[in-house]
Amino acid sequence: MGTIFHLDIVSAEESIYSGPAEFIVAPAMMGEVGIFPQHTPMLTRIKSGVVKVKAPLQDDEEIYVSGGMLEVQPDVVTILADTAVRGKDLDEAKALEVKKQAEEIMKNKISEVEYARAQAELIEAVAQLAAIQKLRKRGH
Amino acid sequence: MASGREIRNKIKSVKNTQKITRAMEMVAASKMRKAQDRMKKARPYGEKIRNVAAHMSNASVEYRHPFLISRDSVNKIGIIVITSDKGLCGGLNTNVLRKALNEIRSWESKDQQVEACCIGNKGLGFMSRLSGVQVISQVTGLGDSPNMERLIGAVKIVLDAYTEGQLDKVYIFYNQFVNTMKQTPVMEQLLPLTDERINSKENEAKSARAPWDYIYEPEARPVIDDIMVRYIEALVYQAVTENMASEQSARMVAMKAASDNAGNLIDELTLIYNKSRQAAITKELSEIVGGAAAV
Repeated sequence: MGTIFHLDIVSAEESIYSGPAEFIVAPAMMGEVGIFPQHTPMLTRIKSGVVKVKAPLQDDEEIYVSGGMLEVQPDVVTILADTAVRGKDLDEAKALEVKKQAEEIMKNKISEVEYARAQAELIEAVAQLAAIQKLRKRGH
Repeated sequence: MASGREIRNKIKSVKNTQKITRAMEMVAASKMRKAQDRMKKARPYGEKIRNVAAHMSNASVEYRHPFLISRDSVNKIGIIVITSDKGLCGGLNTNVLRKALNEIRSWESKDQQVEACCIGNKGLGFMSRLSGVQVISQVTGLGDSPNMERLIGAVKIVLDAYTEGQLDKVYIFYNQFVNTMKQTPVMEQLLPLTDERINSKENEAKSARAPWDYIYEPEARPVIDDIMVRYIEALVYQAVTENMASEQSARMVAMKAASDNAGNLIDELTLIYNKSRQAAITKELSEIVGGAAAV
């Protein structure tokens, strides 16, 4: 106790990481946050990016997440990763799309949707690229 | 008595059907394993997000999310009905739709209106034919993987309707996966979130000891909103994975029964065929003998 905490990274589709960690860095909404054990409880949204995990007696691990929520308790840290590309506009757009289908109006008028989606995809792609480049540099 | 050729044709067609049902059985068996796997993988997320939601509902007093507040008068009820897209899976869809129908009737007798969100083709077809139920959103053609991205939109419509006060309660209907042989149709209350749902026993013990006081970044409200929406989505997602696992195992069982029945039918038909063939031979023989005697 004290020098490590339990880290869980889960998405709706699978459990990505579960184990002890000494230190993590996560891309929070307001900027990157580093978390050591005994951190004060915190809840925040995270952007798409790389979560760096320092596990005891192991090399650093870098895990890509496409946004989600970060919950910090003194001994337990949970990252609820999103599986889908999210965004207020996007969610709204999806809802609209479904609604349209439900009303069986099949008019293709979703240019704004496409734009929002493309933007979100672009942001995600950039983050993924950055992660890949980082990994390459370290000679993986 | 049917002629030999007719029976032979019949046997052939039953054999072909049996081939199909056997193939479907095997396909369903392999898909079932994957679906069960997916269902198990979805569980940790659901548990974790429930823990967070539980901590949060105990911690923050200044803002109570609308999902947690139950309303006094219930005029409109939303239902999320999860069914399969395809048939040939025994009574799976019928069971869950029957359960839904019973509930809808009892709500209608209390003058409560019902709006439905249908996930899966079978439920959509059924609900859109029901008068008195309005389908507000639907997802069909999910295939074999419960695609979170496609569920979000449909669920959001229901959640928005709830937040805006157009719905006062939301229930979810789906098939719970008990084991390969058994799936039970269940109805669960989704909104407002009941305390029992959020607080499991272990959670209660934990939160009594340590009431968390979170730092919210950037602000409490949007973070809590996000968590709540994701929690509901996770619940729906889990229900969809359970229903998919149920679908595959029900299909496997149904197809196994069909193959067995086809086998029995073939046995019976073969018996009839042989009997009629023998009868024909006997008849012919006696005719020959009779003819020879006459000469």
